[in-house]
Amino acid sequence: MEQQNKKGWLYLLPAFLFLGAFLVYPLIDVFVYSFEESFNFASQTYTGVGTFNFSYVLHDPYFLQALKNTCILVLITVPLSTGLALLISVALSSVQKLRELFQTIFFLPYVTNTLAVGLVFMILFKKTPYSDGLMNLLLGVFGIAPVDFIDGPYWAKMFVLCFYTVWIVMPFKILILTSALASVSQTYYNAAKVDGTGKWRIFTKITLPMISPSIFYLVVTGFIGAFKAYSDAVALFGVNLNNAQMNTIVGYVYDMLYGNSGGYPSYASAAAILLFSIVLTITCINLLVSKKHVHYV
Amino acid sequence: MKVVLQNLTKVFPARKKGGADTVAVDDFTYEIPDGKLIGLLGPSGCGKSTTLYMISGLQAPTRGRIFFGDQDVTQLPAEERGVGLVFQNYALYPHLTVLQNICFPLENLKGKDKLSKAEMHRRAQEAAALVQIDGLLERKPSELSGGQQQRVAIARALVKTPRVLLLDEPLSNLDARLRLQTREEIRRIQKQTGITTVFVTHDQEEAMSISDCIVVMKAGRVHQIGKPQQVYDDPVDLFVAKFLGTPPINVFDGRVQGGKLLLGEDTVLELSGVADGKVIVGVRPEGFVPEEKGGLKCKLLNVEVMGRDVSVVSTHPAFQGAAIRAIVASDAAINREAETVRFRLKPNKVLLFDPETELRIPFRA
Repeated sequence: MEQQNKKGWLYLLPAFLFLGAFLVYPLIDVFVYSFEESFNFASQTYTGVGTFNFSYVLHDPYFLQALKNTCILVLITVPLSTGLALLISVALSSVQKLRELFQTIFFLPYVTNTLAVGLVFMILFKKTPYSDGLMNLLLGVFGIAPVDFIDGPYWAKMFVLCFYTVWIVMPFKILILTSALASVSQTYYNAAKVDGTGKWRIFTKITLPMISPSIFYLVVTGFIGAFKAYSDAVALFGVNLNNAQMNTIVGYVYDMLYGNSGGYPSYASAAAILLFSIVLTITCINLLVSKKHVHYV
Repeated sequence: MKVVLQNLTKVFPARKKGGADTVAVDDFTYEIPDGKLIGLLGPSGCGKSTTLYMISGLQAPTRGRIFFGDQDVTQLPAEERGVGLVFQNYALYPHLTVLQNICFPLENLKGKDKLSKAEMHRRAQEAAALVQIDGLLERKPSELSGGQQQRVAIARALVKTPRVLLLDEPLSNLDARLRLQTREEIRRIQKQTGITTVFVTHDQEEAMSISDCIVVMKAGRVHQIGKPQQVYDDPVDLFVAKFLGTPPINVFDGRVQGGKLLLGEDTVLELSGVADGKVIVGVRPEGFVPEEKGGLKCKLLNVEVMGRDVSVVSTHPAFQGAAIRAIVASDAAINREAETVRFRLKPNKVLLFDPETELRIPFRA
């Protein structure tokens, strides 16, 4: 038994080494930086230790803007994309003809490059001297005045960002949910049918609980992914996100490290730690809620 | 409630173009009497489960009609037929407790049939008591043994007082002892409730032991319908004779010549009413009587003691299989060291079949 134990640890060692070097050590490092004031990479010096970095970040209007943007993005896209994915998956599972074709179409965004998709969205939404963009043409049909979705008002830009995010995260969710739906045994549906169960009740009382582990997985990873959003905003609004009022927390961290005004690792670390604690809190809440509503068989 | 099946036929269209359609059930006509337990029996793929699913409404017949009493339910969806169906793998909802599982069909009732929560619980308790699981109501299905899960499934099927109870291989996932116990249980519950019940199984012993009537099917066709003992004693063809009985019937190539039945060189029986010619001879294991002057001379292979009786294993040149199994009383005089054993055959345990059509040939001994 003792011997076996040692062997087990040996097998785990490579994974531990890599995790330690590239995950645990940087995490601790970031934590340390976040308390070291005006840390300088080049000289490896700092002026003092304390919570000043956090207080600076929390009072920085750019950070607050980024925090607000990220929260709006999370609150809108996570429920919306999960709900839509569920709807589409259920529809996909109930069609027989052309099912594979539809599955491929719905999965396309997943294998498409983020920046390429961003370009397509620009064409759809951007207003140029020559054209108002496809979206505005469409709005024009209903007699709505053209809106600049890329350089225009805040809500229009946020709408595009949410639209884009939902569209890009949905394929993976559909993939997971269709396979979860397919794994629910037909006998449960047969049993429910014989017992005179209505369609809606079958969905809420049998289908949903049966696929709840998959939904839970998608919600947790969805929250984490949305909180870490950055590249989507860049794809749509370019690298100067602060100017566009469209920055995200990760974008803020990046700007603090490397941006035009870069070279503030202490502030970047403090912002990163703040993001980490937000994500951790949300995930813990998710876990608590899941205790009651997620059924593992 | 009696259940009438009228020319019931189910054809599954071919998967590939040009392939042959599969006729799962072929022109099945039968009236299941009210309050009886019917066993649908046959090897896998014989259409017994398809028949059950057509009665339940989960599958639509290609042709034919189904009546519950005088009501034609052929077009009625499963939800509105009011049948209770117990599945082979129980199909208990794993995320619900036993009580919630049993209440599930009751919660579906709408309009004037809607029940109060207290009434639902009372009925669920009643059904649980009937199958003797009243102590397990708060458990999840995964915390129950196979036999207990089966009882929950039966309780769930019974709680809405179905017009017809359908059981699809309900015992095949249970171990041998539990199977014996549960089948008696099913019989008891069926008698107590008096619900017309259709029971599907491939295990002939199971079907014979609890059914009022058995239906023997093969490849979609009904071969014989009758009381278990009657079907066993008086099978219409070789398939039915072979399918019923453990150990199975012993089949020989024989011939009739001048009022005598010959197996190879041995004259085993004198009979009349049969034309001379080749026949297939089936002898039930209990039809062999070891006797010094018996007509059938077999090479003795082994004698297996089973307690109550003894199984004599032997071979004969005219035998179709590998070894003849004869069941004789344990006090029968058998010399185990001997190379041969001679049997007299009981005429009522000998069945003759036409070698071409495999149909039964009646005879007088």
